[in-house]
Amino acid sequence: MPKPTPSLELVPQARAGNRRAMARLISRAEAGDDECRPALAELYRHSGRAHVVGITGVPGSGKSTLVQKLAQDIRASGRTVGVIAIDPSSPYSGGSILGDRVRMSELAADAGAFIRSMATRGTLGGLARASLDAVDILDAGGYDVILIETVGVGQDEVDIVKAGHTTVVVSAPGLGDDIQAIKAGVLEIADIHVVSKADRPDANRTVTELKGMLSMDLQPGADIWRCPVIATSVEPKSGIDDLLGAIDRHREHLASTGEIEQRRRQIAGNRIIKIAEEIVREDFERRRHGQFDDLLERVTGRRTDPYAAAVALLSALRENISHEQA
Amino acid sequence: MNDDNRSIRVLLAKVGLDGHDRGVKIVARALRDAGMDVIYSGLHRTPEEVATAAMQEDVDILGVSILSGAHMTVIPKIMARLREESADDIIVTAGGVIPDEDIDKLHELGVQKILLQDTPPDEIVSSFRALVEARGER
Ligand SMILES: Nc1nc2c(ncn2[C@@H]2O[C@H](COP(=O)(O)OP(=O)(O)OP(=O)(O)O)[C@@H](O)[C@H]2O)c(=O)[nH]1
Ligand SMILES: [Mg+2]
Repeated sequence: MPKPTPSLELVPQARAGNRRAMARLISRAEAGDDECRPALAELYRHSGRAHVVGITGVPGSGKSTLVQKLAQDIRASGRTVGVIAIDPSSPYSGGSILGDRVRMSELAADAGAFIRSMATRGTLGGLARASLDAVDILDAGGYDVILIETVGVGQDEVDIVKAGHTTVVVSAPGLGDDIQAIKAGVLEIADIHVVSKADRPDANRTVTELKGMLSMDLQPGADIWRCPVIATSVEPKSGIDDLLGAIDRHREHLASTGEIEQRRRQIAGNRIIKIAEEIVREDFERRRHGQFDDLLERVTGRRTDPYAAAVALLSALRENISHEQA
Repeated sequence: MNDDNRSIRVLLAKVGLDGHDRGVKIVARALRDAGMDVIYSGLHRTPEEVATAAMQEDVDILGVSILSGAHMTVIPKIMARLREESADDIIVTAGGVIPDEDIDKLHELGVQKILLQDTPPDEIVSSFRALVEARGER
């Protein structure tokens, strides 16, 4: 059996655009291997060039179909494109059927496109870490634009789309009367709204409702980004070019107003905090054994209360840590 | 952070003309229920597309389902593309309708396991687990 190639050896290959090396590193990042941390650190230092676009919307709103068309237009404009498609795992088995790729089959043979499916499994917060590691890997590997597709439910997923430079929120006509972006709590994070399936007769109404919604908080000013509402359809193909135009305009807006620096700081800040929380949580899971069972007994028997037990648990953990460090 | 986060990744692929995917979908669900991450290629893919997808997705196993009898032309193309992409560490299995006399030939081409059409889903789950275990770390 050949020995696995060390992750650090894959770094120069990944940076030279070797897709196999990128694919391997993404798997190791996803598994949370400590072995690959130095490699990811190295790649992070060489990333920051790609334009990252988060695409979110309720299940079935047409995200994957849209991503395929958008990616094809990006390719036609002479740029390369990476896609990270995140699908929910089964809460029962932890397994998943990752179906987004089926809708992206026209990209399958294109050497300038890289599609990677990811499942939502893993510790809370771990998904955001792994998918943003994957973005760094594709970025350092030279992809010009990176699209992240995720279902807009749950804090973890919102954190992921917020990690894009441009956030696109997709609503479809006929998926209930409410504006889906409001329901999912993602109205505010949209830089661009898409109403998909514009070939359907009820699409206009969704467009009008969204525009009405957005006009309420219009502030004056030349430097203010006005969130456009773009209707798209796949068959007949329409609006996809407008969407790519809006994404490119948004990128230019971020650059010309200097807002991009603010976004980068915000994204970096969120990532640091999320990872720190993940580490603390894992540390806690690992160390809490021992004291925990005893405290549980006492809380169950009502000899102490849950709050006091939690405080006692944490101070015991802190003592452990300071002993280890001494 | 440990190996608990790692689950077996599988690409189930339909190649060529045949338009039946009921069987593949049943297998996909069985694998998911066993905790694996399953990516399905959709119908009518070319051997090259399937191999490239397996490389990008970095699956442990590429399961090719063929009912049309085209395995002897499809499998060599898949194996060749995997080698080109330096992804020949990916385990390839073939499933569907395969006549006895081709089984040895497919093994020679590097197919590690052949699962004929009537293989119960449980058996597919356990043989996929065994294949990944036998391969070891990569
Ligand atoms: N009429 C019409 N249907 C569309 C259009 N785009 C997508 N659909 C259909 O909408 C359904 C869902 O499309 P997907 O692209 O899988 O949607 P999704 O948002 O990625 O779905 P999930 O990943 O499951 O959340 C499919 O049946 C598509 O064929 C469109 O422009 N017009
Ligand atoms: Mg999708």
